[in-house]
Amino acid sequence: MWEYTEKVIDHFLHPRNAGEVEEPDGIGEEGSLACGDALTLTFKLDYEKRIKDAKFQTFGCASAIASSSALTEIIKGMTLDEAEKVTNDDIAHYLGGLPKEKMHCSVMGRNALEKAIAYYRGEAEKKVEGEIVCECFGVTDLEIERAIRENNLATVEDVTDYTKAGGGCESCHEKIEEIIDKVLGKPHVVSRKPARLTNIQKIKLIEETLEREIKPSLKQDGGDIELIDVVGNTVIVKLRGTCATCVASQVTLKHYVESKLRELVTPELVVEEVRQ
Amino acid sequence: MKVIYTDNNATTQVAPEVVEEMLPYFHDLYGNPSSMHSFGGQVMRKLKEARKKVADLIGATPDEILLTSCGTESDNTAIRAALASDPDKKQIITTRVEHPAVKNLCEYLSKNGYRVTFLPVDREGRLDPEHLYKSLSNDTAIVSIMWANNETGVIFPIEEIVQVVKERGIVFHTDAVQAVGKIPIDVHKVPIDMLSLSGHKLHAPKGVGALYVRKGTKFSPFLIGGHQERGRRAGTENVASIIGLGKACELAAEHIKEENERVKYLRNKLETEILKQVPNAMLNGEREHRLPNTTSISFEYVEGEAILLMMNEFGICASSGSACTSGSLEPSHVLRAMGVPFTAAHGSIRFSLSIYNNEEEIDFIIEKLPPIIERLRELSPYWDQSKTEARYHEKD
Repeated sequence: MWEYTEKVIDHFLHPRNAGEVEEPDGIGEEGSLACGDALTLTFKLDYEKRIKDAKFQTFGCASAIASSSALTEIIKGMTLDEAEKVTNDDIAHYLGGLPKEKMHCSVMGRNALEKAIAYYRGEAEKKVEGEIVCECFGVTDLEIERAIRENNLATVEDVTDYTKAGGGCESCHEKIEEIIDKVLGKPHVVSRKPARLTNIQKIKLIEETLEREIKPSLKQDGGDIELIDVVGNTVIVKLRGTCATCVASQVTLKHYVESKLRELVTPELVVEEVRQ
Repeated sequence: MKVIYTDNNATTQVAPEVVEEMLPYFHDLYGNPSSMHSFGGQVMRKLKEARKKVADLIGATPDEILLTSCGTESDNTAIRAALASDPDKKQIITTRVEHPAVKNLCEYLSKNGYRVTFLPVDREGRLDPEHLYKSLSNDTAIVSIMWANNETGVIFPIEEIVQVVKERGIVFHTDAVQAVGKIPIDVHKVPIDMLSLSGHKLHAPKGVGALYVRKGTKFSPFLIGGHQERGRRAGTENVASIIGLGKACELAAEHIKEENERVKYLRNKLETEILKQVPNAMLNGEREHRLPNTTSISFEYVEGEAILLMMNEFGICASSGSACTSGSLEPSHVLRAMGVPFTAAHGSIRFSLSIYNNEEEIDFIIEKLPPIIERLRELSPYWDQSKTEARYHEKD
């Protein structure tokens, strides 16, 4: 049995806004009978161009129905510019979370919304963009790339949970892996297959990892880090910004910087701070 | 809330008589049946009795019964034993609708040096014996075909096909986990070599099963260790559960008439009423050769999990052939093998009854289920489109 939140069960047993809006301004259809779930979303705008009414019709499991119901509740009262920014995560969040294997239900909601907005704006129905990767469920490489980027997916299983791709005959798993590697960037691949690194490769990879992975998250808290030197497997750095005066800086250094570098470069690394 | 349990092909309640029989063997009579002292010896005698009861249910002799931990272990042991005893033969013949205990093992073996023939079934879930006969070869190590299907209840003509397989001198195994206790089985009359059964499908506890191995069948143990089960299955016996299994087998023999009369009547009533009241619903599997307790019904344009959860609100327990998990978004391999269309395969519900069900419960399901289907169909974008079609069918 699935571990559904009370909110999921509530929206499943008492769906809000089921049905079709009369003379809708936007219509979006996503999924198909063969896939096991499908959603038709309709909405109507008021004179201020806000979504006055939104309704859904869904064929699918409990979380598909609950996600559709949640979607209509979320977008009511929004302008289209606001609605456009609603993500599948917002839907899942609204419901207090969805089982990982059911995340594709929230993605279905987001996709239907996107199509309904495009319909209103008179944008020609988007042709299937990209190349079909999963034949079973008709999922394209672009859809998979987007799901990986938006939800930080790292494995084929994750991709299946969010997009269904790979959930049928499984013959596309290799292709999905390639897409994951492509989106996450090459260093990730290197770190997964720890080939023996030359010194230059190692230093380059440390630099890249600091730039791409570590600095952005330190900067969120007003901190920064600088690479001073690499001696053997000892990485000498200097903490800057708020990190330099933070009492927890040693924790950051060991538990975050060092473990990240060990994960993405090579497990032998030791990080040390340069002393003044 | 009262629970209405109609999911007995998944598992059954342990019969009160079985529990009572088992209890002394946890606390008071906890000796090891292999011990030299009489404290263990009395347990050994009780085990013997239980083994006899299991054997009696299927017409075997006690020394042909190997006690295991579950149906899956019995299936794995049987197939691996046959392969190990005849290492030159590389073909396995089975069907596309087996339980995962056989299906997944065979898929695994097909990647490890074996050639597996998965026999198809028709739209009604039936096997074509001719197809099997044509597949037999000098390279066939084992034929493993289930006696009755867990999802549809369809019974395969084991009595008929085993004759031809045995004429060719090929080992025949059957997964009879769903059949034992529900329909009469007599290995004395049907020359199968090995048969798997499971305790918790016939009101014994989970964690105990048995494998029937006909005297003279070449065998090679799966678990190696102590001398238990005459060296064919090592490991200290799951004493209390085996005693429970014995009692459950004894009860099953007593109840088999009731199963095929009263339980069958209840199943038929449930099935007939639901099919009558709900449009665009259909039975999966042939009506005739079927377990008396099982019915699988597909409801078009709705999804199985949603039906189950709505029934759950009324305490009704059943199961669906279409698990909508992302790992297996496709409907069950059984319905797929039968070629049930997608419109219907996603909305299949299996009810499996037992002697503990009564007519009141069946009437309750008949009352609650049709409005659930109607409600879900109202939510479904496909229902509107199909209505014209549905009306058209009604006129037929």
